[in-house]
Amino acid sequence: MKKIIKMREMSDNQSGKIHRVMATGEMGRRIREMGLVQGVAIRIQGRAPLKDPVAVRLTDCTLTLRNNEADGVLVEVEAPTE
Amino acid sequence: MAAKTLKIALSGNPNAGKTTIFNAITGARQHIANYPGVTVEKKVGHVRHRGFDIEVVDLPGTYSLTAYSLEEIVARDFLVNEKPDVVVDIVDASNLDRNLYLALQFRELGAPLILALNMVDVAEARGISIEEERLSELLEVPVVPTVARSHKGIDALLDRIVEVAAQTPPWTSSLISYGNDIDGSLNEIEEAILQGDFHGDTYPPRWLALKCLEGDQQILELIQKNSDVRSDVEEVCKRIARHTLNTLEEEPEGIIADHRYGYIAGVTRKVVKRRIESRLNISDQIDRVLTDRLIGPLLMIGILYGIYEFTFWASETPVEVLAMVFGWLKSGVSAVLPEGPIQSMIVSGIIDGVGGVLGFVPLIMFLFFAISVMEDSGYLARVAYMLDRVLRWFGLHGNSVIALLISGGISGGCAVPGVMATRTLRDPKERIATLLVVPFMNCGAKLPLFGLLIAAFFKTGEARMLFVFTLLSWIFALFAAKILRATVLRGPKTPFVMELPPYRAPTFKGLLIHTWERTWQYIKKAGTVILGISILLWAMMTYPGLSQERVEYFEGQEKQVQRAFLSHPSVQPLVPDVRALEELDRLAASLLQSSAEDDSGSLEPKKGNGVSQALHQIFFAAPSSPEEAEGTIRTAYTDYRSRMKTLQAARQREALLSTVAGSMGRALERFTAPLGFDYRLNVALVGGFAAKEVIVSTLGTAYSLEEAEAPEEGSLSRRLRNDPAWNPLRAFALILFTMLYVPCFVTVVSIRRESSWKWAGFSIVFNLVVAYVVTLAVYQTGLALGIGV
Repeated sequence: MKKIIKMREMSDNQSGKIHRVMATGEMGRRIREMGLVQGVAIRIQGRAPLKDPVAVRLTDCTLTLRNNEADGVLVEVEAPTE
Repeated sequence: MAAKTLKIALSGNPNAGKTTIFNAITGARQHIANYPGVTVEKKVGHVRHRGFDIEVVDLPGTYSLTAYSLEEIVARDFLVNEKPDVVVDIVDASNLDRNLYLALQFRELGAPLILALNMVDVAEARGISIEEERLSELLEVPVVPTVARSHKGIDALLDRIVEVAAQTPPWTSSLISYGNDIDGSLNEIEEAILQGDFHGDTYPPRWLALKCLEGDQQILELIQKNSDVRSDVEEVCKRIARHTLNTLEEEPEGIIADHRYGYIAGVTRKVVKRRIESRLNISDQIDRVLTDRLIGPLLMIGILYGIYEFTFWASETPVEVLAMVFGWLKSGVSAVLPEGPIQSMIVSGIIDGVGGVLGFVPLIMFLFFAISVMEDSGYLARVAYMLDRVLRWFGLHGNSVIALLISGGISGGCAVPGVMATRTLRDPKERIATLLVVPFMNCGAKLPLFGLLIAAFFKTGEARMLFVFTLLSWIFALFAAKILRATVLRGPKTPFVMELPPYRAPTFKGLLIHTWERTWQYIKKAGTVILGISILLWAMMTYPGLSQERVEYFEGQEKQVQRAFLSHPSVQPLVPDVRALEELDRLAASLLQSSAEDDSGSLEPKKGNGVSQALHQIFFAAPSSPEEAEGTIRTAYTDYRSRMKTLQAARQREALLSTVAGSMGRALERFTAPLGFDYRLNVALVGGFAAKEVIVSTLGTAYSLEEAEAPEEGSLSRRLRNDPAWNPLRAFALILFTMLYVPCFVTVVSIRRESSWKWAGFSIVFNLVVAYVVTLAVYQTGLALGIGV
């Protein structure tokens, strides 16, 4: 089962595929120009000591986003089977 | 026909190896200037290749060509206005997709493009192989694989540059398809722009149309100035935005970006082959430790503290050697030049002033070296990542940490490059807040004073004490930022999205170039600004000087003391007149100086004339008991000397007070007395506005002037320690005040260039108020509680 969650809600080391970038304006542009666009595979690499920002692994690079920015990215993840 | 000179621009994402390529192409033939009107650094280099004289301009590293950051605007304006013959886009082969996003935008702009496919070795090590020829075909752009670190492909790149430039390709905007809706609107806007005969051929019309749909602020402003075009364009933009929001729930800007990436993905799918699917590379493994939630911060503190220890340990010997060299220079000049204003200017003005600054070059060099290692290895980005949450609480940005560090966040550094480093901050309010608190950090220019006072009053654990002052400067800077962001600079936070570049071993050449650039800025300051200021201050501290009347008065007093000594019964037979006394004084002075350096008794003079005998009795014939010493030439001379010294000190004091600087310092005493500062400190602090290094050199000049005639040569720090007017509390107050008060004028000018005169003026007043209030509170509390007095 797939489900769509905000990037902030992902746990460490969880993988997923970007479903949509909802952020608009400068933040949306910045997120996109750094390579976070629809269809890109990501994995949560870790979080800073105070749990914010979050480090995201893309295929070829590592990006960091603040939690409120990660809210603007929807990710398709494997839902845990119950 | 091919021109003999070519102008090319280097561009690329940050961390794609642009600087390394630039260094590899131009070698030492480069210089730094600024882009007109802004302080973005413009590096220009030259190289000769196949008979062409090629000027290479290093554009700022960017991810995109929007109008959001100063760097992007600068890069774009340069391309549009100067139209270089070729644009070389340096592309990180190990991260092709993201890097091609910028390349695509160069093509949209129509620049004649060459891709330098850099770091192909890194890509291969990660199991990524790229078919360059196919990539070149698909993008219709020449592609040259390079490994800049080992100079591979640089010649081929230059060949290609010359080849492409020789064809003088036209600037033709080549746009991909952004989907039917967008493409249709692009056509409409393009037509409107062409009919309005808008802006000649500076900008390609279709590119302008694209920028309008992207909501590019700079271009929209241009359009708004043109009334023919304006209403048509705005109408189309609004309509398409409504349409895409309704149908795709997306703004045109997002759709354009998605299409760019879609196009790139189509290209890379055909040219990139990946062998290994496992992506756990070395960088990730290092990050597991270095950015670990628990170990990471501890290691970070350890690394920053280690940089201190390294810097002080490594620079200890060179600093001592330099101090010795300037000592020799001083005695050499004093010996060669006759006494008088020229000697005084050179010794007390120039050598003391400039020497005091240059003496710290090794310290600054090693600090810059350490910072360059952090920067080039990629660790600095991790520091920003780990500290962002903390800095955000104070209203700053993770990237502010870089400006704060460069300005002296780890002691040493300079607020001027620090102020320039704030350019990486996009939000104007965050940037100005950072600009304003950056001068609180302990820059290299404050270190000499701190070092001096710490050595004199906080002898136990010098490194630890400096660490305390560094922590204090951080605390003041952060809380000041918090206050600013809550009052005059209230506003929202900006996106943090940032790359953690893969760890790389810094190249030695790159480190040397970085270190040297920054050190040179500091030396240049010493050679120009500080030299001028030193002479000016020396003049301010020398003229107009004592009136003839007072000079005569002091000379009369001195003669009286001399006569009293000469008339002493034990003196008369040995030292008959003033000339003999002068010789005795001279010999005594040199004897005291040499005995301070060398304790052997071999300097005992032969018993010859009266003066030698007097000298012998004074210094070498020790009396067996105090009673026996009564009435001897020994006690008479000691008494004479101390009276003379008191007199001379009074004369010097009055002389300094009668100068321009003295009256300024005196006038300020009314305000600074509650802080524990006297006129001499005031003079030094006024000079510190010119450059903080001047504080120490002025104090040095002030104290050396007062004791110029005293035979005991002692370091300034020893003199301060032995001065009863000084105590640890006063030293602490002075350090605090120096840490916080007005930025030096070079920094003020830089702040103005990054913001406005309004903010530059604000920074002077703001810092002064903070410094005054904090120092007053600390000094008065200390006095009341009797701490450090």
